[in-house]
Amino acid sequence: MPYIKKGEIADDPYVRLGGDEPVPTDVPVIVPLEWLLAQTPQSLEGRNVPLGVALPNDKPESLLEPYLPRLSLIALDFPIYRDGRAFTQARRLREAYGFTGEIRAEGDVLRDQFLFMVRSGFDAFEVKKDKDAKAFAEALQEFSGFYQPAGAGDAHFRFRFAPPFSPAMKEGESDA
Amino acid sequence: MYVYDEFDRTFIAERAAQFRDQVARRLSGEVTEDEFKPLRLMNGVYLQLHAYMLRIAIPYGTLSSNQLRKIAEIGRVYDRGYGHFTTRQNIQFNWIKLSDMPDVLVSLAEAGLHAIQTSGNCIRNITTDQWAGVAPDEIEDPRFWAEVLRQWSSLHPEFTFLPRKFKIAITAAPHDRAAIKVHDVGLRLVRNDAGEVGFQVLVGGGLGRSPFIGKLLRDFLPKEHLISYLEAILRTYNAHGRRDNIYKARIKILVHEIGVEKLKADVEKEWERIRDGYLKLDDAFLADIRSRFIYPAYETLEDEPEGLKRALAADARFATWHRNSVAPHKAPGYGIVTVSLKPIGKPPGDATSGQLDALADLADTYSAGEIRVGHEQNLVLPHVRQQDLYALWQKLDAAGLATPNVNLISDSITCPGLDYCSLANARSIPIATAIAERFADHDKARSVGRLHLNISGCINACGHHHVGHIGILGVEKNDREFYQITLGGKADEDARFGDLLGPAIPYEEVVDTIERIVNRYLDLRQSETELFVDTVKRLGVEPFKEALHAVH
Repeated sequence: MPYIKKGEIADDPYVRLGGDEPVPTDVPVIVPLEWLLAQTPQSLEGRNVPLGVALPNDKPESLLEPYLPRLSLIALDFPIYRDGRAFTQARRLREAYGFTGEIRAEGDVLRDQFLFMVRSGFDAFEVKKDKDAKAFAEALQEFSGFYQPAGAGDAHFRFRFAPPFSPAMKEGESDA
Repeated sequence: MYVYDEFDRTFIAERAAQFRDQVARRLSGEVTEDEFKPLRLMNGVYLQLHAYMLRIAIPYGTLSSNQLRKIAEIGRVYDRGYGHFTTRQNIQFNWIKLSDMPDVLVSLAEAGLHAIQTSGNCIRNITTDQWAGVAPDEIEDPRFWAEVLRQWSSLHPEFTFLPRKFKIAITAAPHDRAAIKVHDVGLRLVRNDAGEVGFQVLVGGGLGRSPFIGKLLRDFLPKEHLISYLEAILRTYNAHGRRDNIYKARIKILVHEIGVEKLKADVEKEWERIRDGYLKLDDAFLADIRSRFIYPAYETLEDEPEGLKRALAADARFATWHRNSVAPHKAPGYGIVTVSLKPIGKPPGDATSGQLDALADLADTYSAGEIRVGHEQNLVLPHVRQQDLYALWQKLDAAGLATPNVNLISDSITCPGLDYCSLANARSIPIATAIAERFADHDKARSVGRLHLNISGCINACGHHHVGHIGILGVEKNDREFYQITLGGKADEDARFGDLLGPAIPYEEVVDTIERIVNRYLDLRQSETELFVDTVKRLGVEPFKEALHAVH
């Protein structure tokens, strides 16, 4: 399944762990929520590789609050395409909790959701179809403006939309 | 009229281009039908019994004459020369080919029209009073706020895959012509004790198989917080609305299950967090939108000009129509004209392309180029000089658009039913036309007075049968069409659901039964001014039960 980060297909550095697997301490991992909740935040302080957690879409983001300083990634699930609860989770994680790590979309992730996801705060994607993954940059360019701000970066109503992760933007970054 | 600027025009053109690409990917097989379904629904494209159906938005019920001509053209070029107005300020075409849809959307976009979010599990087309901006009793024009909401809700990134559809209606008048109490969120513009304008917010109303009257969520919401408060409601609903059963997924069920107090606590907690952030409406943004609402320059005129009085005295048919179809306007010397789309013998709410073109011309001549669509499936010419009413009536009459039956029993709200709809259990349109024919004598219908007949072909209640003075619901029993009758429903500020009269009756008995119910009312009413719905309120349904049984 192709993985997109910073707007491009990339290798996924994380190992995804299931229910009962032991959690290694030397590679980046995405752990189940149950495992995380069984730890104390303090017990995670010694880890020096990135730690991610998968938050099911029927669980509140508030469960993660004590762990957020230790988390580098939160994976949010789209069990089916039309189940949009993770849009709210992503937006609340960014806005209510100020989470700045990776928010990854996984599950039934299709091309026509990319714009909605990016605008809700997702910045990484496990895409179901190769063809959709290749069309990622194109999909973000379908609109030149949006009516409603959906994040502090949007500033105001009726704003010009600059697709994030675009080559122009990256060049701008490297020039700086 | 709200006038689109470059931003709005670009947005709907890009939306049409996006849909063209989505259709191409569907037709090539790259996107499965299951994946395509939410995409096409968000653009108003349904798969019906015979073909794809396109539902075009008429935001807050306002059309320019050029937009109406565009709709007529779509009907002529891509459909069979007629369209069907719905109960939520949309128009539907039933015979458009999927491969033509992208061209239709591009063509609509040229006239500032679209089908964005007329279906799907998202925030639907925002509806309001069809007399907005001209009604004498309103606080301010609610269409301004409906436009703010149209902009906010269009392709909202967080609220486009909700548990179920989400309908918002707004009114600014004490008399509710927008049925806000049977919407997911109903907004009423009100003035508080300090004279400030804000919103009363209702939540959890709706019809369908589990009807609920909306409950009060907030008595007064300062207007600058409209968007942040709605986001708090939608966010709470998106997170907590049921997704295990589509029949329990509307916000009305969430309200019913957790209670309005708990919902309010959750909503207000979220709202406290976001209310003073970037969603707070600033004066410059509001002023910009307000500046793009163009109003006609009203002449200084007197009410009841001599010419009108003479015509009323001289032409009894005109006088009948005038009494029935013309309402007071806020500007002296003007009237609001309702154009009935319920001619006897025709499907309620249908209009041919020829009629729409004729109406567009009449709107240019007599109504500042503006047309409205109401939830009762009729059209409105909102700015007619009283001195022009006689000339207008003659032309409407010639076009078959002067049926003087507004608010009478033949002015029914009727869903498409089994003739078109894949959800229906029973036919609606033939019931409506047969009842209209039974009461085709307008003198008789007028002697009955105001009587709202609402007909749905299934429990989804698109014909709003629960809130009809007489409601008829089609059900299926042993492969036959049966109909349940309810009496005493209302959709206005005193909204209530009708009470069931008794067991369902077969198709063949419906018209006779309705006539017996009406005759029973004529016997029971205290005076000619007691409306049907008031007689039912006074006596209950009990004295009407004998109408269910024919006297042999």
